[in-house]
Amino acid sequence: METESNIVAETAERIFADLADAQAINADHAGGWKAPLWQALTESGLPLSWVAEDFGGAGASLADGFAVLNAAGRAALPAPLAETMLAGWLLAQAGIASLDGAMTVVPAHPKDRIVLGHDGCLSGGARGVPFGHEAKHIAVLAHGDKGAVVALVDAAACRIDEGTSLGGDALDVVSFDAVVPLQTASAPRGFDQTALMLMGCVVRSLQIAGSLETLLAISVAYANQRVAFEKKIGQFQAVQHNLAKLAGETSAALAAATSAADAICSAASFDDAVFLEAAAAKIRCAEAAEKGAAIAHQVHGAIGFTEEHILHRYSLRALGWRDDFGSESHWAVELGRLVAGRGADDLWPLVASR
Amino acid sequence: MTAALRFDPIRLPPVCEQLRQEVRAFLAEEIAAGTFDPHKPQREDNDAPEFSRRVGERGWLGMTWPKKYGGHERTFLERYVVTEEMRVANAPTRRFFVADRQSGPVLLKYAPEHIKMDILPRICRGELCFAIGMSEPNSGSDLFAAKTKATKTDGGYLINGAKIWTTSAHIADYMIAIFRTSPSTKENRRHGLTQFLVNMKSPGIKVNPIAQITGQREFNEVVFTDAFVPDDHVLGEIDGAWKQATSELAYERSGPERFLETYYVLTELVRALGPEPDTRGAEGIGRLVAQLHTMRRMSVSVAGMLQAGKEPVVEASIVKDIGTVWEQQLPHRVRELAAFVDAEDSNHATLDELTAFATKLAPKLTIQGGTTEVLRGIIARGLGLR
Ligand SMILES: Cc1cc2nc3c(=O)[nH]c(=O)nc-3n(C[C@H](O)[C@H](O)[C@H](O)COP(=O)(O)OP(=O)(O)OC[C@H]3O[C@@H](n4cnc5c(N)ncnc54)[C@H](O)[C@@H]3O)c2cc1C
Repeated sequence: METESNIVAETAERIFADLADAQAINADHAGGWKAPLWQALTESGLPLSWVAEDFGGAGASLADGFAVLNAAGRAALPAPLAETMLAGWLLAQAGIASLDGAMTVVPAHPKDRIVLGHDGCLSGGARGVPFGHEAKHIAVLAHGDKGAVVALVDAAACRIDEGTSLGGDALDVVSFDAVVPLQTASAPRGFDQTALMLMGCVVRSLQIAGSLETLLAISVAYANQRVAFEKKIGQFQAVQHNLAKLAGETSAALAAATSAADAICSAASFDDAVFLEAAAAKIRCAEAAEKGAAIAHQVHGAIGFTEEHILHRYSLRALGWRDDFGSESHWAVELGRLVAGRGADDLWPLVASR
Repeated sequence: MTAALRFDPIRLPPVCEQLRQEVRAFLAEEIAAGTFDPHKPQREDNDAPEFSRRVGERGWLGMTWPKKYGGHERTFLERYVVTEEMRVANAPTRRFFVADRQSGPVLLKYAPEHIKMDILPRICRGELCFAIGMSEPNSGSDLFAAKTKATKTDGGYLINGAKIWTTSAHIADYMIAIFRTSPSTKENRRHGLTQFLVNMKSPGIKVNPIAQITGQREFNEVVFTDAFVPDDHVLGEIDGAWKQATSELAYERSGPERFLETYYVLTELVRALGPEPDTRGAEGIGRLVAQLHTMRRMSVSVAGMLQAGKEPVVEASIVKDIGTVWEQQLPHRVRELAAFVDAEDSNHATLDELTAFATKLAPKLTIQGGTTEVLRGIIARGLGLR
């Protein structure tokens, strides 16, 4: 992954700084920030980063897109950028062009199942779909007769029961009751729901890592400024050690997520290597989110428990993202089975192969 | 503001994979020949001088050092592969490990040319064992409280006092130690210590082994009574050891040995739980493997940054902190996950034995080479906390 300088990610960061400032959004309960932010994102082509230019997208590399999502995590971006990118990517796998506007993907959990019937209709339900009711279109990975099928669906054709994520973003139940898709196409050979989940894992891992980077930065800044017992709290060893641990969790998340992203960039298919990297990233990033968010709150004291403070924008999103595309428990079981199936003496060769 | 932490996704280049196969084949031969048993990390006598020479013959010692000193001018990433394969195989690296990782680089930087020409090639041939003489009975974490004295005499120094916890002193040919050459000053309490190269065979040095809770005797008390060290064995600036202590630490802190010390219990756990573990067992293995994979990726990343000439000091310290805490907890996690393994039809006996050994060993992992607390202080400073 290109991390030295990335024009696409820099563009994204500029937009986030100008139009998705955490403080400003936190104070704007009417949601006035939403339309200008999405418009700027659209004009920059970011939502369709992973869609080829021939299909109306920006044609950015996977690596550039991943860097954008890491930055979106650092900004705790409350807009369906990751979801639209992922949807565009999924549609592109099957050669379906994306349409304008926000999109999301279904399913967002490994155990949910959407079926494409003989009548060409989709049926089934998906829980925890991020930004479901804010999306105009939904990219669906469905099970057809002859294997996995990608479908483009008008969100208005689905029943959407609204909910909210831990971080306060839309997180909905999407039900397909004989929904006729706008378009369908077979997924490429070897591409299945697990592949979509693994890609989702990497996306969420990068966002969690990004949010931890900001949690660390604002916690260190606060510790260098807040005074108690006539000292900056950052001078107390207990606080320093907590922050050192937060730095450790942040580092682990960052390393795991960027490594998994890099693995996907250079892999020809969703093989065992990608499985190990993506599952491990989701597991480790989720663990880091739990430990890291707790420390960031501890360091901030009561002020960090207020709605007015921006801390929760990062901490709660990081915690919420743990659940999307398979929780750490889900992936740990899957990874554990893979390792057990290969046998004890094959564990080190597997780890060392990365 | 905090400087951003960096863990670029560095991959080992193809030359490393070739090398890995060579190391594995070599270790398999050694195991077959009975040099060591990969399932017995608890061997009482861990010294293997012949093995050490054969590793040297392969060109796997001093890998990154200049050729004129017997080195091989290879990359840190190549050295990384050799280190991790040896560690995972439980190879008997005691004799050469410290010299290769730590002492050689110090000599390269601070020793006079004729000493480098004499000693470094012998380290590369696997002939020399080094010890590190930092800690004293009343100076552990606080290195700068060291009292063991080096008094100027004709042509050198006379050493009096004692070092303690000195790993491998009983088999070592040399020690790199810090001794007090001047009192500390009001302005700088770190002033007054000097780094020396000490020939362990010189008169006036007595080594008393100290038994550890594992049953091993790998560290020692080393008593100096008018032990003579010649002038040309001073390493670096007189009274200025404190300036020299930091730069090597990134190498020392972030290697694979910082999280693989108890790895064998994970292998045996996977064996004990079998090809189709229950949900609890599978989740447990999955989490541990995810954590292990992540640490390794962090550690390789630091090695890659070192190779690129960067000094990722904070990142390296983080790898050591996370890694040592993990390898310390590993035997306890393994014990929990193995709680329901059928004792009859598995490797239960081996697993029990190894877990017991790792459990006894575990406490040292967050103490040796600088405690977790000291390390976190370093990380905190790196984050910009004062
Ligand atoms: C197996 C093993 C091998 C070793 N090998 C060597 C060797 O080869 N050469 C060598 O020189 N030394 C060696 N050591 C010694 C090791 O470096 C010291 O044990 C270590 O630096 C800690 O010093 P100490 O044991 O005196 O503990 P102390 O410094 O007395 O510390 C005791 C406790 O107090 C804490 N503490 C101390 N200061 C602070 C502080 N400022 N803030 C917060 N907490 C603090 C420590 O973290 C620790 O928890 C070895 C130790 C072990 C266990």
